[in-house]
Amino acid sequence: MPLDSNIDPATHKFNLVGTRPLRPDGVDKVTGRAKFGADANAPGMLVGKILRSPHPHARIRSINTAKAAKLPGVKAIVTAADFKEGKRALRDVLCNVMARGKALYDGHAVAAVAATSASVARKALKLIQVDYEILPHVTDVDEAMKPGAPLLHDDMITAHVDPAPKKPSNVAARCEFGHGDPEVGFKQADVVIERSFRTEATHQGYIEPHACLASMGMDGQGELWVCTQGHYMVRNTCAALLGMDVSKLRVTASEIGGGFGGKTTVFIEPVALALSRKAGKPVKIVMSREEVFRASGPTSSSSMDVKIGVTKAGRITGALAEIRMQGGAFAGAPVELGAMSAFACYDLEHVKSVGWDVVTNRPKQAAYRAPGAPMVAFAVESVLDELARKIGMDPIELRLKNAAKEGTQSSYGPKYNRIGLRQCLEATRNHPHYTAPLGPNEGRGVAAGFWFNFGGQTCVSLNINIDGTVALAVGTPDIGGSRASMCMIAAEELGIPYDKVRAIVADTSSLGYNDISEGSRVTFSTGLATIQAARDAIGKLCARAAKTWGISPEAVVWENGHAKPSSPNAGDFAPLSLADIAKKAGNTGGPIAGHFEVNADGAGVSFAIHLADAAVDPETGRVQIKRYTVIQDAGKAVHPSYVEGQFQGGAVQGIGWALNEEYVYGKDGRLQNAGFLDYRIPVASDLPMIDTVIVEVPNPGHPYGVRGVGETSIVPPLAAIANAVSAAADVRLTELPMSPPRVLKAIDGKAAGKARR
Amino acid sequence: MSTVRVSTTINGDAVAYLCEVDETLLDVLRDRLGLTGSKEGCSTGDCGACSVMLDGRVVCSCLVLGAEAEGRDIRTVEGLAAGDKLHPLQEKFLEFAALQCGVCTPGFLVAAKALLDRNPDPSETEIRFALAGNLCRCTGYDKIVRAVQSAAAELRKG
Repeated sequence: MPLDSNIDPATHKFNLVGTRPLRPDGVDKVTGRAKFGADANAPGMLVGKILRSPHPHARIRSINTAKAAKLPGVKAIVTAADFKEGKRALRDVLCNVMARGKALYDGHAVAAVAATSASVARKALKLIQVDYEILPHVTDVDEAMKPGAPLLHDDMITAHVDPAPKKPSNVAARCEFGHGDPEVGFKQADVVIERSFRTEATHQGYIEPHACLASMGMDGQGELWVCTQGHYMVRNTCAALLGMDVSKLRVTASEIGGGFGGKTTVFIEPVALALSRKAGKPVKIVMSREEVFRASGPTSSSSMDVKIGVTKAGRITGALAEIRMQGGAFAGAPVELGAMSAFACYDLEHVKSVGWDVVTNRPKQAAYRAPGAPMVAFAVESVLDELARKIGMDPIELRLKNAAKEGTQSSYGPKYNRIGLRQCLEATRNHPHYTAPLGPNEGRGVAAGFWFNFGGQTCVSLNINIDGTVALAVGTPDIGGSRASMCMIAAEELGIPYDKVRAIVADTSSLGYNDISEGSRVTFSTGLATIQAARDAIGKLCARAAKTWGISPEAVVWENGHAKPSSPNAGDFAPLSLADIAKKAGNTGGPIAGHFEVNADGAGVSFAIHLADAAVDPETGRVQIKRYTVIQDAGKAVHPSYVEGQFQGGAVQGIGWALNEEYVYGKDGRLQNAGFLDYRIPVASDLPMIDTVIVEVPNPGHPYGVRGVGETSIVPPLAAIANAVSAAADVRLTELPMSPPRVLKAIDGKAAGKARR
Repeated sequence: MSTVRVSTTINGDAVAYLCEVDETLLDVLRDRLGLTGSKEGCSTGDCGACSVMLDGRVVCSCLVLGAEAEGRDIRTVEGLAAGDKLHPLQEKFLEFAALQCGVCTPGFLVAAKALLDRNPDPSETEIRFALAGNLCRCTGYDKIVRAVQSAAAELRKG
């Protein structure tokens, strides 16, 4: 989509874009009226509950449901046998939804019941007898790659390795990106540093557990209410797993209580539909928090080696990364995106990144905000920080000397269009935070981050109502205030007040297909479609005015919410407002609506720099974030408050990942901390205010210059904080989370090293 | 499962209900009384999304039994606005964009109201500690803290 020739986002005076109106769904959310996944009920509704494997790896010899079925109040029981095996592409999704043959992780669903109450359903689960043959398990990525490791899938042959391995392993695939030859680059370097890093799996930690209400009619038509980032994806996947026509399943997206990528797949939805089909009644399933941790998708854990060489003048001559990620029990760890993004911030001659996608006996990973990128940025930006210290160069100066710019061939292939990395770096250097004094035991860290941003399939319907208001139907669930932005954009284009537009997230039967709200794509692509749908409507509004006036449609222009003759030659008519034209629509040709369908291209990449001040307690190893600033390119901030909110939210999720959060597995392969008490996400008293700077370097691929902002903000924090902690403790931290025991160990190790010297 | 009859006061109104003896107050509010503003995020008292006022104290309603509400005074997010007028905290949450997904918002509003009732002029640190029992995964708390500061200032003006 080319940049609109009428608008230069850098100089254009917008009426609404860039202002901060109240969000249209706000009052419902502060009064308790908003309906989230678990807030819907239906007459005659049953409660669905899922039986989960207590074993990390076990063959399922048999499942006996006879006793459970006899319990009064039990209306349906399903197992894997109730789902169609179907297409290969969906096999893993299906096996994750309901274990087939083997349970592959602690928490893997093996059966489900629907009953008249939660207590009956719980009792019924206890009556289901599963005969397990316990198998050896593996939960660590490096262990899983070793020859002789317990094998999850007998048929897993590592893809993209030449020649193809003859034996199966836990390595699903290899990938490689880059250009030049890093070994040549290292020879040109004055200093080369190579380090290994590890990060633990973290969970998206949305506060709303997965929830849905399924209702299948005996005519084979179904309805599903669900909290999801993509209700069209839910519809298509569930229809395939249940052997239904897509047209027979209508999915409505509830308000969604956080997703961060974790609600981009199905878990309970096909189960609820299958139970409802069998019972002939609506079935509601709500995951417990323990189930969310054990059985929905966390992100990958990783093990990485990074080697970078620089000259004394600060030019990076060679860069190499080897990245291993486990993505749980099925292929699909986001290692490819990690490897692609590893060196995407820099303009390099010799660069290579290699990734390995590994399976282990853990829940199948799901996308988590910029999947794959934060952990790799942690490794790369840590090494760069160390190199800057070694050559005595300011860390921002080092990054500026190597920063990618327009025309740079990225490490993952494409040449960059207009990008804002340099502007972000300069804004950071000029920020008062960068030169503020530090207290005792405090260190400052800086790190850069990159994210691709996505476009994707999008469609929007914009209906002009009889009173001149506008009903805007979008198909991307609102995960961060997008209805506000869409109302602003539609009103901006139409030239009417913000509160005259009402945006809804339409159900799957009311609007054409839309991709999931993911990849920071909504403000970019749904915004783009809204602009074009509004322009489509404007064309029709102008045609109606032309008809009223008896002149040619080409002789009518749209200005400030009014149709006007384009020049005195066209005729002398008083301008007609949108409301004037809407009122008479019935007499001029019927309802007026604008539509737009697109597979949006041109989502501009974005960059961010984070600045973190950390205080390290040398006695306990406890780290406290004292000051934090996010500097990020938004292209054009449509609603700056919600852009800042994305910056701040991403930073704080990163703080949790860096300092506290981790999946802890026991030797028995069971998750040890499946609750918010032991899996500790940051709370208000852990944090300072999170300062933000919105940089605006317009994206040439969007009419207003918009870039996605949701994900880039979680890419730099792990590294920024690690660099701050390493500076404060005077020892390099290479493992996340930097919990007090790990930090203390590093400090003690340093002291021991000094004593030996 | 045996049931008990409970008479209580919710948002100023007399309410009576039957509940099972092991049913939480949160389940009663949501499933029996249709007051779904209080949310279940964990059911272990760790996230605060189900916060309500019980005789003037903030509690996690997932840790209170429905049967325990007998003769008590319960306030939920649904009772925060006065008729068609939002409470200053609700207004400031909107003005400061203190919510993204909004699922934690009811709990935060209840906890913030309890704080301002007992301390009309809290410091930033006091606000942060008073809200430390409420998890928010979207905002990083910055805008929530600012909204509470602003609401406190507004309420002090009277």
